[in-house]
Amino acid sequence: MTNLTEQQLVQAYRRMKTIREFEERLHIEIATGQIAGFTHLYAGQEAIAVGVCEHLSDADSIVSTHRGHGHCIAKGADVLKMMKEIWGSTEGTCNGKGGSMHIAEVERGILGANGIVGGGPPIGVGAALASKLKKNNTVALSFGGDGSSNQGTTFEAMNMAVCLKVPKIFVMENNGYSENTGASYSSGGIDIAARAESFGMPVFKADGSDFFSVYDAANKAIEYSRRGDGPSVVYATMMRYFGHFEGDAQLYRAKDEVKNLRETSDCLDNFRTRVSDDKLLDLAVLDAVDDEVLALIEQSVQDAKVAPRGTLADVTKDVYINY
Amino acid sequence: MPIKTARDALNEAMFHEFARDPNVFAIGEDIAGGRGGSSGDIGCVGGIFGVTKGLVAEFGEERVIDTPISESAIVGAAAGAALSGMRPVAEIMFADFFGVCLDQVMNQVAKFRYMFGGKTKCPLVIRCNTGAGYSAAAQHSQTMYQMMTAIPGLKVVVPSNAYDAKGLLISAIQDDDPVLFFEHKLLYQSECEVPDEAYAIPFGEAAMPREGEHCTVVAFGQMVNVAAQAIDSLAAEGITCDLIDPRTTSPLDEETILESVEATGRLVVVDESPPRCGLTADIAGMVADKGFSSLRAPIKQVTAPHSPVPFAAELEAAYLPKAQDVAAAIRETLK
Ligand SMILES: Cc1ncc(C[n+]2csc(CCOP(=O)(O)OP(=O)(O)O)c2C)c(N)n1
Ligand SMILES: [Mg+2]
Repeated sequence: MTNLTEQQLVQAYRRMKTIREFEERLHIEIATGQIAGFTHLYAGQEAIAVGVCEHLSDADSIVSTHRGHGHCIAKGADVLKMMKEIWGSTEGTCNGKGGSMHIAEVERGILGANGIVGGGPPIGVGAALASKLKKNNTVALSFGGDGSSNQGTTFEAMNMAVCLKVPKIFVMENNGYSENTGASYSSGGIDIAARAESFGMPVFKADGSDFFSVYDAANKAIEYSRRGDGPSVVYATMMRYFGHFEGDAQLYRAKDEVKNLRETSDCLDNFRTRVSDDKLLDLAVLDAVDDEVLALIEQSVQDAKVAPRGTLADVTKDVYINY
Repeated sequence: MPIKTARDALNEAMFHEFARDPNVFAIGEDIAGGRGGSSGDIGCVGGIFGVTKGLVAEFGEERVIDTPISESAIVGAAAGAALSGMRPVAEIMFADFFGVCLDQVMNQVAKFRYMFGGKTKCPLVIRCNTGAGYSAAAQHSQTMYQMMTAIPGLKVVVPSNAYDAKGLLISAIQDDDPVLFFEHKLLYQSECEVPDEAYAIPFGEAAMPREGEHCTVVAFGQMVNVAAQAIDSLAAEGITCDLIDPRTTSPLDEETILESVEATGRLVVVDESPPRCGLTADIAGMVADKGFSSLRAPIKQVTAPHSPVPFAAELEAAYLPKAQDVAAAIRETLK
């Protein structure tokens, strides 16, 4: 059973659905050639971002990755501004300077998506150190994939977080691939959760296609860190539905891999089944959420298409505060 | 002669050198691709821009090594293998990622020979893509070669066309010193005549794709093509220029630049990097030092602004030096 209120359940579903529709729509829009740059879609893994972030307030912080849309939406980022950012408008989250890979809303505790694999975990340690020094009972999280777990910065951050006993949660998302290479090849000692454990952190494992599983694991990890016991780990597995980036031919994947995932391991389907089996929510409520989300995404795209664009003067703005 | 893209020209260079020397091997992320994937199609990627395509099928998995995402270990492993008699061609996917493995490049690879009293060599190549034009934003669009040029012990190659790319990569792999090889993202699709056979272009010898009398233009990498456009557009005004493509920034062919400036009396230097401590200042300083008496006008530098690379397409376009900027600078020297 779950102790989530009806309102919390609806919010969790709304966020997962928003991520899904955001990504599905981008997949279509990018194919038309209107969106520049490298875009990495999060669809499939929504339950991880949402299951974790539902435990956080704006005062807690997250550090995201190149595959950051889901983390940002789960943490409450403004979807309209995110879409404008991806379109490159000056009204976007980062005034069109960052794009998909650098979406940030620092005032909401989103310390940025990150184009450097392994760039985030050390920054999360610093955010957690600030929490500890300020004694404000907040926590900091960093997301990282199976690929990023092979970057030295991840190991350094884990070790330092333990040494400094900071309220830091490492969320490890194993989606089976780093770009076009399988985790079974590139992660020596395939159990990457055990590595984290060996630093002396408790690891809470979850099924990344199941919101409730992630929510419970994250609850334990975040409670542990928030009460001052030091860093902890949430380890979740679930594959992405799209390519590494939009434009990826995905020849490294078996033909039916994604089709099977969508049929058997979809987090939205799983959520609906669970709330209906356990009589937690009326499915009509979720149908209504679906309609609202679709309308929001439609609006975000229409707005983004006509949003203002920058000029030469914007290029050198915001390099410094004072210069 | 057949027309080829730089991607194919670079790929051919790899094939020639793999076939010539069994000590040559490649190491990097997704340079074969597909290992550990559910389709079992190993080699399905061949590097994100396709430069190492087909190598694994031809030369086997032992010589075409996909790695975890671990840039420090990639460069370090290549360095250790090079000290031990191998000739690695490492790939750092984006030049920006030198930020992740700078110790191995700057403190290790660049300095072994000198620190060890000249008693060893480290014949390694690190290839990477460089530059803006893809809306890849601030962490995937930097040039970096200007920073690397400042490090003694590294040779730095910045090809501007497919023909040079092939000949320079062959030289890089045969060179006994560590070489950083910067492939501009816009270079890969560019085409020109490229012979099928192997050929080496020596380092430190500039090319001169345009010859003229009024001004010397020195440009690097992709900016050679932008400068050429600018120069061609000035023909209608009766202005002609020498265009110098140094091809390697370290070693640098100072002689060709100084000789040209002696004849034209004017100098414009063009690079895509931000202006501070960069190649344009480097060339301007060298000419002011060694060729001052030839100069009949102030030297002009055309660069990107002192800012990171912005994401949005029109911001990125505004960031990059354009042919009209170069043309304006040339006219300025003639005032
Ligand atoms: C330092 C660095 N090396 C390489 C890359 C290129 N790259 C971007 S994402 C990625 C794979 C990341 O894999 P993982 O951490 O598992 O995250 P996922 O893409 O699966 O979400 C790679 C190699 C990068 N952005 N930064
Ligand atoms: Mg992954």
